[in-house]
Amino acid sequence: MSATAYRPTDVKEEEVHVKEPSYLEDGHSVKSWLLTGDHKRIGIMYLITISIFFFVGSLAAGLIRAQLVLPANSLLEAETYNKVFTAHGVVMIFFFLLVAIPAVFGNFVLPLAIGARDLAFPRLNLLSYYLYLLGGLLATTALLTGGIETGWTFYVPLSSMYSNGQVTMAIVGAFVAGFSSIATAVNFIATIHKMRAPGMTWGRLPLWVWSTYATSLVIILGTPVVAITLLLVVFERVFRLGIFSPELGGDPVLFQHLFWFYSHPAVYIMVLPAMGVISDIIATFSSRRIFGYEFIAFSSLLIAALGFLVWGHHMFISSQSMYQSVVFSLISFLVAVPSAIKIFNWTATLYKGHIRLQTPMVYALGFIGLFTLGGLTGLFLACLGTDVHLTNTYFVVAHFHYVMVGGSVMAFLGALHYWWPKMTGRMYPDNWGKVNALLVFVGFNLTFFPQFILGFLGMPRRYAYYYFAPQYQPLHILSTAGASVLAIAFAIPFFYLTRSLKYGAKASDNPWHATGLEWTVASPPPTHNFHETPVVTREQYEFGHLVPEVRAIEESDKARRDAEIAAEHAAEAASTEAK
Amino acid sequence: MGTVPIAPEQASNFAYWHDLIFYTLSALTAVFTILVGVLVISFVIKYKKGSNADRSNPPHESKIMEFTWIVIPTGLGLVMFFAGAKLFLDMRTPPANAMEVYVIGKQWMWHSQHSNGVRENNTLHVPLGKPVKLTMISQDVIHAFYIPEFRTQYHVVPGRYTQQWFVPTRVGRYQLFCNVYCGTQHSEMGGYVYVMPPDDFEKWLENGGDTVKPMSLEQSGQKVYNRLGCNNCHGAKSNMRAPSLAGIYQSKRRMTDNSVAVADEAYLRESILRPYNRVNYGYEKQMPEYAGTVTEEEVLQLISYMKTLGGAGDVEGAPKTLEMDPRKGSSPVPPTSSTVGAAGAISAQSNATPGQRPDQNSVGALAAQAPSKN
Amino acid sequence: MATLAHHDSDFVEHVHHQFEDIEQQNEAYLVGMWAFLVTEVMFFGAMFLVYSLYRWFYQADFYAAHHELSIPAGAINTTILLASSFTMVMAVHFAQLRNKLMVMLNLVATIGLATAFLLIKFLYEWPEKAKHFLVPGPGFDPQHLEGTSKRAWELFYSLYFAMTGLHALHIIIGILIIGALAFLWQKGAKSVTEDYIPTELVGLYWHFVDLVWIFLFPLFYLIPK
Repeated sequence: MSATAYRPTDVKEEEVHVKEPSYLEDGHSVKSWLLTGDHKRIGIMYLITISIFFFVGSLAAGLIRAQLVLPANSLLEAETYNKVFTAHGVVMIFFFLLVAIPAVFGNFVLPLAIGARDLAFPRLNLLSYYLYLLGGLLATTALLTGGIETGWTFYVPLSSMYSNGQVTMAIVGAFVAGFSSIATAVNFIATIHKMRAPGMTWGRLPLWVWSTYATSLVIILGTPVVAITLLLVVFERVFRLGIFSPELGGDPVLFQHLFWFYSHPAVYIMVLPAMGVISDIIATFSSRRIFGYEFIAFSSLLIAALGFLVWGHHMFISSQSMYQSVVFSLISFLVAVPSAIKIFNWTATLYKGHIRLQTPMVYALGFIGLFTLGGLTGLFLACLGTDVHLTNTYFVVAHFHYVMVGGSVMAFLGALHYWWPKMTGRMYPDNWGKVNALLVFVGFNLTFFPQFILGFLGMPRRYAYYYFAPQYQPLHILSTAGASVLAIAFAIPFFYLTRSLKYGAKASDNPWHATGLEWTVASPPPTHNFHETPVVTREQYEFGHLVPEVRAIEESDKARRDAEIAAEHAAEAASTEAK
Repeated sequence: MGTVPIAPEQASNFAYWHDLIFYTLSALTAVFTILVGVLVISFVIKYKKGSNADRSNPPHESKIMEFTWIVIPTGLGLVMFFAGAKLFLDMRTPPANAMEVYVIGKQWMWHSQHSNGVRENNTLHVPLGKPVKLTMISQDVIHAFYIPEFRTQYHVVPGRYTQQWFVPTRVGRYQLFCNVYCGTQHSEMGGYVYVMPPDDFEKWLENGGDTVKPMSLEQSGQKVYNRLGCNNCHGAKSNMRAPSLAGIYQSKRRMTDNSVAVADEAYLRESILRPYNRVNYGYEKQMPEYAGTVTEEEVLQLISYMKTLGGAGDVEGAPKTLEMDPRKGSSPVPPTSSTVGAAGAISAQSNATPGQRPDQNSVGALAAQAPSKN
Repeated sequence: MATLAHHDSDFVEHVHHQFEDIEQQNEAYLVGMWAFLVTEVMFFGAMFLVYSLYRWFYQADFYAAHHELSIPAGAINTTILLASSFTMVMAVHFAQLRNKLMVMLNLVATIGLATAFLLIKFLYEWPEKAKHFLVPGPGFDPQHLEGTSKRAWELFYSLYFAMTGLHALHIIIGILIIGALAFLWQKGAKSVTEDYIPTELVGLYWHFVDLVWIFLFPLFYLIPK
């Protein structure tokens, strides 16, 4: 059924108000929040919850960096250190990165951006929030009551037979959170397929909706595989069903295959929405139609597809067949190409734009730099000959932090500053935002660039001490110094954003002159989003009606073209007349 | 450490090729990052809103440009892929004449065994310029045998053999790491790989892995203790004939004349050489006098060994208290020497400062010696 | 979409506010359900992959181990589930005709058959395994190894309990969902009586659960030599 079959005039009675209250004013009781079906409120609840998890994960990161300043006799015992880095990984991956952009901005903005009144299944959406919360609480409880020492990868047989502590509870937490992801993804897919406003064709979707769609596909295909895999580990711990146990002739390497079948695509779950957000921000702050829309949209799907065929590059040295490794290496090189396409298209979008260096844009430009480096260093690990040396060293740590933090977290902060006026109806101080974005950029590079060198030198990851190799110390000190800058830079937005809730200037409906449908409603939006279902008549990213400068150029270009055509006609007419 | 190293030594046949690919990739990374960076910054400056740059006819798509930036990175990527795959296939194909060494990984130490039976713990001695093939297996969880200076590592998996090979190209001592997280003391699971000139290596192998390095006092003490058969009477628990030595050092001893003495070094020396000067309450004069039988050096060694014997609860049968439980250690004292039969004295080793991994060579030597003397 | 003739006013109550009309709602439900089923396919797919690999590694052992499973019990259960799929199809059919009585009868029959399946599984088959020391763990001690590997047997039964256990869990969830649906029908809730799509969605889930068993039965009970 095509989108045009909808009835845009079908306005329900409850919507016929002169001035509808914003979603924030629609009920102030705790219950009106906790039992809400409103995608915007659920988005805000996610934002608050993931911020708490981000804080917890950062605290663990701080402990890790503090520990590694000294080669030995440092802050934590080995066992505690192991629990701390496991906590850092579990919290940041399962309860921050996988959720951050899709659940917060996907929830808040997606229905607005496609012209829908809500997601397709609001109650399922609320359920997935509570599943996420439950998973998070289980994992946190596990980490606080004894902790786990397995690393976030839960490799067997370490996690199944050689590890005490709350492994089972933590895995169940991740499992439950996985179902939350699946529910959200199902919701997004149904919404994007069936709830688009009339005229909002696939070719007019904002690019970040495309990437959210690709992400949702990855989630529904990948998450169940890791869910069952982790469940089998729990079965082994609880019921002694030794499916991966080498003592029964089971294969621990099979666990890795199944684990990375999800967990490599999971990287794209974390970074695809980030790329989408960056596409939108760059177009908006250049007031420029995005360069190569189809290529960017298609590359998201290509990444999602190829992402499922590269898991084996985590296992080049884990005794899979060497021919398998060669194939995985080849595809891993190929998966870099769609990312390159995006980077070049973003760069080309800047060309002949009207660039405004406001906070979200500074984050977006920072993203391009860090993600370029993060992506390219991935090639060292896709390349078989170098991966053998570099895998599992700090090189890998640096690489995936460039992608996860330099990519996803930068984009998350960019998105937060981009949609903050829409979500809260308030502006934050732009100068603070810009300076802080630079601080994040500098602090980040200082933290993680030294780790590339550490990895090349052979420093293994997950080491609590390195007194036997003190030559690593200067680089560790540098990295920790950077981490303290980064910690400050992550803390500052919390203060000025919170302050803006009360003292910030009121935001207009469209403070950035952006084209998305979410900017056509009030800031903050009313509960039911649209009084009337909007009808989309323009391509996405047309700025002529919003930005006078763009209109001026469009008009002068058109005038010149018209003049040229007129001249051609005149010349033609003259020539025919001459005959 | 005056300078900060930025590249590891090249000590195997793979190192040069690895570094060649690594530096090529680094150069490509630098070129592309700088290219993107320069373009972004110059566009931002030139097309900042309000600047009077020419913005007429802005392009929205270009098949030619898309084609360019798809084909060039793909082409370069394929070249690097082939280079990397070639090196990898070499690394995975050991030559037929390679010297074989067997490696066992377990939480948290490495055992290796040479073809003539010489065994080592946490060390591996290999000859310069000869291909060496490691056949590896794990007793418990997954580990990885990693030598950064050789640019080679491979997982050590329970339930199946894995292999790696290399040709050492430089004499020296190189770090050996476990590089798959394997539990609490993961960072302690390591040691050194020694590359020796082939002649030295042959000698070393023929001597049962013994090099010139002396054993530690405790290890020597344990050997004397075993040679004299002290354990026959002074076992884990006190028996009819003699008190247990577990935890004896600095304990208070009650004598047959009801006097009390603290078992310090002087007391222990006297009790070994002239046991009947003072006899513990409840025991007969049964022990042989060792004055003249053992040297003063050996007495010192014995005392050092006795100091390592923990409380009675730890000892069962043969004293094996030298096997330290790594989980109990609050300071990063390595458990690396915790092998059965090998003395694990750490603190007294001359070249090991507290809190540092010992040079495990002597430990390994002892363990390696044991079978050859049997 | 072939819905039955209807009046918009009938639907105002059960068209949720976010949808424009019942058709959009129904299509969204169907897309959502199929997306969920894709997830389920991947979930069981991973287990089938694990099973296939081990069966490849340990062909003779799995063949020997499967003799201890009761083919009659498995066959009866297969028949029961096929019958329940049929009653579910009939329930959907009568939902389209809005024949409440027949829908109820068929839903109750489906629940009854599903319960029978579980009873055979939990009261006969699994206790039987326990009696023959075929439950993985310290007490695992098969009597008829006949030269095959005990470890592989344990692997086989680990897979058996994990996979049939997860399938049984899906059956239990199915019983709860069908029960809820029957309750809504009994109450005459417009959300189910006026439109057959909710019933069809439950049906889709139930057919999927049956389909999983159609694969499980030959893989475990009928291993060819």
